[in-house]
Amino acid sequence: MPKEYLTVRQITGPLIFVEEVEGVTYGELVEIQLSEGTVRRGRVLDINEDRALVQVFEGTAGIKTEQTKVRFLGRGQEVGVSMDMLGRVFDGFGRPIDGGPEIIPDKRLNINGNPMNPYARDYPDEFIQTGISTIDGLNPLVRGQKLPIFSGSGLPHARLAAQIARQAMVLGSEEQFAVVFAAMGITFEESDFFITDFRRTGAIERTVLFINLADDPPIERIAVPRLALTTAEYLAFEQDMHILVILTDMTNYCEAMREVSAARKEVPGRRGYPGYMYTDLAQIYERAGRMKGKKGSITQFPILTMPEDDKTHPIPDLTGYITEGQIILSRSLQGEGIYPPVDVLPSLSRLKDKGIGEGKTRGDHADVMNQLYAAYARGKNAQELVMVLGESALSEMDVRYVRFAEAFEQQYVQQGEDENRPIERTLEIGWDLLGMLPRGELKRIRDEHIEQYYEAQPVGSRH
Amino acid sequence: MGEENELRSSQTHPGANQKSEGPQGRVVRVSGPLVVATGLTGGRMHEMVRVGEQRLFGEIIEIRGDSYSIQVYEETEGIGPGDPAETMGEPLSVELGPGLIGAIYDGVQRPLDILEQHWGAYIVRGAEVEALDRQHRWAFQPVAKEGEQVIPGDILGTVQETPVVEHRVMVPPGVAGKIRHIEEKQATITDTVALIEGEDGENKVTMMQRWPVRQARPIAQKLPPETMLVTGQRVIDTFFPLAKGGTACIPGPFGSGKTVVQHQLCKWANADIIVYVGCGERGNEMTDVLLELPQIEDPRTGQALIKRTVLVANTSNMPVAAREASVFTGITIAEYFRDMGYDVALMADSTSRWAEAMREISGRLEEMPGEEGYPPYLASRIASFYERAGRVIASGKDRREGTISFIGAVSPPGGDLSDPVVQSTLRVVQVFWSLEDELASARHFPAISWLRSYSLYQGAVDRWAEQNANEGWSANRRRAMSILQRESELEELVRLVGVESLSAEDRLLMEVARMLREDFLHQSAFDEIDTYTGLDKQFRLLGVILLFDRLARQALQQGMELEQVLQIPAIEGIARAKRIPPDQMQIFDRLASQVQREMQGLTSPQEAEETRQAEREKQEEPTGA
Repeated sequence: MPKEYLTVRQITGPLIFVEEVEGVTYGELVEIQLSEGTVRRGRVLDINEDRALVQVFEGTAGIKTEQTKVRFLGRGQEVGVSMDMLGRVFDGFGRPIDGGPEIIPDKRLNINGNPMNPYARDYPDEFIQTGISTIDGLNPLVRGQKLPIFSGSGLPHARLAAQIARQAMVLGSEEQFAVVFAAMGITFEESDFFITDFRRTGAIERTVLFINLADDPPIERIAVPRLALTTAEYLAFEQDMHILVILTDMTNYCEAMREVSAARKEVPGRRGYPGYMYTDLAQIYERAGRMKGKKGSITQFPILTMPEDDKTHPIPDLTGYITEGQIILSRSLQGEGIYPPVDVLPSLSRLKDKGIGEGKTRGDHADVMNQLYAAYARGKNAQELVMVLGESALSEMDVRYVRFAEAFEQQYVQQGEDENRPIERTLEIGWDLLGMLPRGELKRIRDEHIEQYYEAQPVGSRH
Repeated sequence: MGEENELRSSQTHPGANQKSEGPQGRVVRVSGPLVVATGLTGGRMHEMVRVGEQRLFGEIIEIRGDSYSIQVYEETEGIGPGDPAETMGEPLSVELGPGLIGAIYDGVQRPLDILEQHWGAYIVRGAEVEALDRQHRWAFQPVAKEGEQVIPGDILGTVQETPVVEHRVMVPPGVAGKIRHIEEKQATITDTVALIEGEDGENKVTMMQRWPVRQARPIAQKLPPETMLVTGQRVIDTFFPLAKGGTACIPGPFGSGKTVVQHQLCKWANADIIVYVGCGERGNEMTDVLLELPQIEDPRTGQALIKRTVLVANTSNMPVAAREASVFTGITIAEYFRDMGYDVALMADSTSRWAEAMREISGRLEEMPGEEGYPPYLASRIASFYERAGRVIASGKDRREGTISFIGAVSPPGGDLSDPVVQSTLRVVQVFWSLEDELASARHFPAISWLRSYSLYQGAVDRWAEQNANEGWSANRRRAMSILQRESELEELVRLVGVESLSAEDRLLMEVARMLREDFLHQSAFDEIDTYTGLDKQFRLLGVILLFDRLARQALQQGMELEQVLQIPAIEGIARAKRIPPDQMQIFDRLASQVQREMQGLTSPQEAEETRQAEREKQEEPTGA
């Protein structure tokens, strides 16, 4: 039985200071028993001689300096993992909340994990078909990648993430696949949408959910992604499964971190977020990947809402520096009624080059992708000119590009929420669209592919 | 290999076989990577310390009375007041000797491959591994002779470390005198290969040296850089060249291609040795480098690129304090090879992560913050490692020359160049490759802005290029640059009044600028031919575009319509010219004559037919070209 301290001296925000402690170590898990008997949990953030600074996960409301008992548990925060977690729902502390039985853990793991040795990593290069053209065709996802969705309030990131979770598959393989879902501070409706969707499609059987809702204690959110990723690591690297981790919403996570930092009176970095936010986020995102000699993999889909749709805000900014690309949703496409409203130009998948091509998707994939990007960028530029000067001021070629950009959004970007487009279909639509441009414009495509696939479209409306 | 390595781990023997080297202290405070200890009497700034039962590895960064602040290079969970702390009697140092090439180290020079072999896929704490293999026997070939007087830096002998790197074993700093004994032998790095008798007695010289990372290695003299570091990247070599021994920075927002540019330089730069420091970046990127370098052949030596490369990888999720050290570890290794007389290129990706690591530690020390929370000494620290680059005459009697070219990536928040790290870096570097989000969005790579970037080596390097590539080198560049400058002015105008209102000359200029952008500046890192362009091809490619420009301008003056000029088939040939293989440079001559012929065909069809006839006859001749 660990020693109990009654020496809580100070309470600030989510933090308590406990004095006259002995043998306490950094990062240790703490139990705080309130005077009326309820127990909360916390973690040691700083230990200075006999004074421990403890961050309380469930918040400090109701804690008083007298009669509060504090126990230091001598270990970091752990999660008990097991295959039985599939199909179950847990709270932000890893306790079941679906009315089912307790999990009998196969093993207990420290939720902070250890950094993976870069030498032990295997490079992700297996193409995942999501059935969404803007992803498969232009921002291909590979197993073991971390690809966030940068969204804004009111945009359909949840629908897109659910569609990806439903449709994602690796071409020509039937392997063990599971979803680990971590909700941080999202609304009941959004969480319910995911759970209902997973139920509807039967995906719930192979899903582990960790739920911290908007009205749950914010500090608890700091542990949620770590619980989820520790579980994912167990399933991927010890049970050989392919895991898709959805983390939503990282913005709420970062705000919880800022709250703790402010309470500690740390020197703030940009917009009040702590200076170590990059490192902290990296410790989450870098837990995606593949490992040499292991069958499983962890692919991450963090979702974050950009405050004011600003991608230079510290949260999307630091995320973008760590993750392997980003899918950005656009409010103006949403306004035009296009689903999924993926803003193609600033979106990017950094691992695309090794995941596509002959033997993976098709030999012309990379060239088509580059050409579509370049053509769409030019079309969008020309569209801006049209707004200022009218179409008559454009050269004939620019008019063609404007038409191309419009058709691209309607035919390539736009697709149904249940439409699962195979990669061949996506490439086919791409070539159809490129047919609107004269052959000489396709500078990014190798001759052999042009010979094989290019077919000029009748220009019709343009004369 | 690994099994033979002498390994010590506190995991298996907690601190057992490590002899105590300094006074025992005890921990009083732990806050993340910062640990405060007392009782380390005699401890010095930057001295190494071992903390806790697990003997975590750290460095003293502040001393106040009996209170020693230590930045710990490993995760500190589980450390608490009362735990032991012990000084190691030496500042953070690296091991230098045969075995560096092809290695991959973390920020404090622990070999990641050996760590993986012994402790598995995750990095455990307290693992102690020697940086260089102690068992491997190298064939030491003496160069110096018995009886010779030597000074520090003189080459005693060589070891063929890899097929492309001859490791030169030097007299270590601080040792001088007469060689008493030296012999050809198979030796490990700790075996004595030479005996040198100096004033202070006899010195046994081994092939390994240790050097503190925060201190620059001694040199004889510093020189201004003057030859080009050829990178095979057209926008860099032709427009904003880096000199051997120069410094460059690449700032850009995420997704603008900093890492791809760094990787391209790592692969293609014509340096003898590459040191690549992955500082706080993605794990998969390091894996990519690790898997690719053994596969790619160096066009100059025919050997795999890994055979000239040293990797330092402290990824973003690895401990933050070791990230701060990684840049210094990298540059010290680079200096060691420079001292041998090599051209070394050092890439650090990214120095912003390094600066953030410093900010984090500074915050925990409760230092007064400067701009954006960075410590006030940010600028001087940045200068302190960029200044270690340069072209030098190394120590030693033969006054051999060596260079370190330093290329640092910077990741400013939101791509904002007013960021303190960017600003402090720009004050010390000579080359600025500015990456732009807009170019990246249009998939124009490398997304180096031709309007904002600069190279202060242009003058010096132009002279070199005119002698070694082509005498028209700088004239061509100036012409191309003025077209691009003019284009940006015209673009403003087009935005206001539309393209139709421009004169034919200006519209031609817009078209030529587009050719320059799409057919010259745009370069694909993933196309097997386009990924590297030698200087000769760079010159010819630019030349053919400028030839088109000149002839098209003449044609307009002779009254031709712009539309006619822009319809000549040679334009498509120019667009595909970047894929011309390096061994078929004659295609450029054919392309140039095609441009001439077709332009002539517009202005004087009669003459053109004659030229074509003449050429056909010439081609039918058995020239064998």
